[in-house]
Amino acid sequence: MLEISGLTKSFSGFVAVADVSFTVDTRQIAAVIGPNGAGKSTLFNLITGHLRPDSGRVLLDARDITGVAPHETCRMGLGRSFQRTNIFPLLTVFENLQSAFLVHYGRGRNFWSRSESFYRDEVEALLVSIGLREQALLLGGTLSYGNQKQLELGLALAIDPQVLLLDEPTAGMSASETHETIRLLQRIADERGLTLLFTEHDMAVVFGIAQKIAVLHQGHLIADGTPEEVRNDPEVRRVYLGHGLSQ
Amino acid sequence: MSEQAESAVGMPSRAGWQVPWTLIVFLVALSLPWIGSRYDTFLGTQIAIYSLFALSLNLLLGTTGLVSFGHAAYFGIGSYACGILMKIVAVPFWLAFPAAGLIAALFAAGFGFFCVRLTKIYFAMLTLAFSQIVWAICFKWNDLTGGDQGLPDVPFPDLGWMAALPGFDRMRIAEQFYVLALVLVALSVAALRRLTGSPFGRVLTTIRENPERAAFIGVNVRLYELAAFTIAGGFAGLSGALFGIFNRGVFADFVFWSKSADVMIMTILGGMHHFWGPAVGALVLTLLNQQITAYTEFWPFVLGTILIVLLFVFPGGILGALDVALSRMSKRRDA
Repeated sequence: MLEISGLTKSFSGFVAVADVSFTVDTRQIAAVIGPNGAGKSTLFNLITGHLRPDSGRVLLDARDITGVAPHETCRMGLGRSFQRTNIFPLLTVFENLQSAFLVHYGRGRNFWSRSESFYRDEVEALLVSIGLREQALLLGGTLSYGNQKQLELGLALAIDPQVLLLDEPTAGMSASETHETIRLLQRIADERGLTLLFTEHDMAVVFGIAQKIAVLHQGHLIADGTPEEVRNDPEVRRVYLGHGLSQ
Repeated sequence: MSEQAESAVGMPSRAGWQVPWTLIVFLVALSLPWIGSRYDTFLGTQIAIYSLFALSLNLLLGTTGLVSFGHAAYFGIGSYACGILMKIVAVPFWLAFPAAGLIAALFAAGFGFFCVRLTKIYFAMLTLAFSQIVWAICFKWNDLTGGDQGLPDVPFPDLGWMAALPGFDRMRIAEQFYVLALVLVALSVAALRRLTGSPFGRVLTTIRENPERAAFIGVNVRLYELAAFTIAGGFAGLSGALFGIFNRGVFADFVFWSKSADVMIMTILGGMHHFWGPAVGALVLTLLNQQITAYTEFWPFVLGTILIVLLFVFPGGILGALDVALSRMSKRRDA
């Protein structure tokens, strides 16, 4: 479903991502892990078209999306959430999601109708699905941190993606919030038949739900395989020594 | 925020009877030639035209989050286009007026193509640069624009038909033009209002709120910014066309950067997060200007002081402050 080959990106001499290749199969849940500065966020930005790679290719469902602008990769079925929450703070939760539906269904060229009445049912269903039904009329910016993360997931889901990229979906969450978020993600991925690629610091989360793990270290891919393979990889153990991988 | 909060309520539709404020304001304004003095009508014309100008800027500033320091360019292009067409080519007003809007929109599309490639302060600087280029051309191109002499004696439109209407027969031409301008401004503002509340307007709002996220829900940010810039330029052009006639002439200072500053001050003063804010700003600034210049020649000094106080005490502008006051009152009533 998602195929990355030979992806390389350097910033004025510093190689952030070096010749990284791996694939994620349809409906697979895959994680990219690595210490801070390993190049995870750069990799995500390369995949979503936020940055253009120096070399290498990204294929989404066998279509080349290398360097294609975000608004187009988005239309091709690639959804994304961000590490820092990224919502529309002065719109209500309802309007946040409604906007995504309006864009997804190509209504942006409608200059004349009132926008309020569009896609109420779809928004309602999605609000229930991500657990924000009660907060529908609050401004996005006033939500708690955890709820904002849920809203962001909703924004990514509204465009009906095939592949969902999540940059640290549980960053900054308490243990119970993390637990809830993971259950939510698993349920939604299952319901919608999503392919999921995420980065994460929390190793318990990674080894709890990922079916496949890629390990980045200083821009290089040093391991790529099932959780079991990655856990037993000597190179990974060396890099992550004392970081709780042995549990 | 009341206006925004209303449209922000996603789920329940508005119930009950509402005071049709816009209609009331329009009718009161329309009756000005009958109930007010000649001077009131003169001020009314100016306020109506500036309202449209400021509202067009707010499509960029308040709705899309784009700070344009060169909005006077399109106001000026509209007034030159209309003035030249009517005075030199002798085109009737009903053709020259829409043509002025169209020409201004075309220039906005052309300049905007480059401007939307930049963001934030660079965007603002480029809009300013383009407007100063337009000013320099208007100032120097004697054959077309009259250069520093300007284009005096732009004729009034032929309003003979209006005199045939009951109640209009004894009006002076300037008052008839006021009625015409008011109706045209009202129609333009209605269109802008509609646009702001449409799905297109919502997409512009997502760009204001978070351009990065907007791109990741599938918005072609530059394209929508360009569309907003073009439309805003077009409406500024319409207001400029009316102003040239009202002013009985078109001059290069219509395009000068200080005109762009004036309209931005109106917009911020009235409240850019409220649809009607810029119109309120146009009203207040025009009246203040009249009042204060009667007492002192240091009008810019007084204006500056008022603005500083306002920006620190009521960052949401006049309507923003009113909203805060109203919501406090209703909370007290509930408690």
